[in-house]
Amino acid sequence: MSTTETQAVPAGTWAVDKVHSSVGFSVAYMAGTFTGTFGDFDAAVTDGRLRGSAKVASVQVKDPNLEAHLQSPEFFDAERHPELTFESSSIERDGDEVKIDGEITIQGHTEPVQIMGQISDPIADPYGGDRFGLKLEAVIARDGFGMSWNNPLPSGEPALSNEVTITADLQLSKQG
Amino acid sequence: MRVLGISGSLRRDSHNTALLRHAGELFEAEGAEFTIYDGLRELPIYDEDLDVEDPHDAVARIRAAVREADAVFFATPEYNSSIPGGLKNAVDWLSRPSLAESALRSKPVAVIGASTGAFGAVWAQAELRKVLGASGARVVEGEVAVGHAMDRFDEDRRLSDESLESQVRDVTRALLAETQPQQPVQLAA
Repeated sequence: MSTTETQAVPAGTWAVDKVHSSVGFSVAYMAGTFTGTFGDFDAAVTDGRLRGSAKVASVQVKDPNLEAHLQSPEFFDAERHPELTFESSSIERDGDEVKIDGEITIQGHTEPVQIMGQISDPIADPYGGDRFGLKLEAVIARDGFGMSWNNPLPSGEPALSNEVTITADLQLSKQG
Repeated sequence: MRVLGISGSLRRDSHNTALLRHAGELFEAEGAEFTIYDGLRELPIYDEDLDVEDPHDAVARIRAAVREADAVFFATPEYNSSIPGGLKNAVDWLSRPSLAESALRSKPVAVIGASTGAFGAVWAQAELRKVLGASGARVVEGEVAVGHAMDRFDEDRRLSDESLESQVRDVTRALLAETQPQQPVQLAA
């Protein structure tokens, strides 16, 4: 059974523990999956609303040329659009499952998105605080955000999928 | 606003260089400065062994010219259904030694073209846009295909076709619109 938004996540303000959290993406490429992370990101839950952002210039993959390509206008366009952002409009919880509706903005394009994931109840951490976890996943169509770059395989099929999975594994620490 | 023009054809009476000069007048009418780069023939063939901290003068010169420009406007002919080797060589020098250091990185660019055939270098233009995008440039949409180029210029080597002139003007304006002064951000390597 779903609960209301204010009960879905703990009340109050919770800020991300950046050391023990990660934000990244994965996309089918050729015969496998290409993954990357954002080293510089932020997230907070405030009064039942989740907001998050990631700095495009902090994208990390295993090749510096690919990082530069991902920051170029063919992908995230770091010069003009230095951040990706997300803001929730509703959060529903059913047991450990969580469903978050909201809007994501990439390269200046804002689109509705639905995030699915798991939530854990707050625990007391070893530092004298309280924290809870969110493990989130959303699938977006990158061409809706101005990122339609591709390269054909010898078969003529595109090498890079249009569907990109964005992942966030967040530990959120109680503030105040 | 400083726009650098690069012609893919080195020939003295090149249709593409004439097209570029005409485009230059249109840029100047919009209040931009326009300069045609004339050093493509001095560039050595790209060789990573030559891509050192103090590179060949011609390499240093074209990289500086592109870095100092607010935008770059290309006019290309079509050789064997693609871009001329000399122009590709110039883009290769500009995009290296790494994409993070590319002189074309986030640089607004636009491409037009002329050919003596019927199709006006459309394949070369598409190829050049692809190559520039892969080199980190901000490629502006728009294409002008000046086919049968030998019949498209008057005795002053200006475009004689008003419709084509209008198309070129649209692309110059699109490029300038993309070249509004931006507050640069620090891009990670």
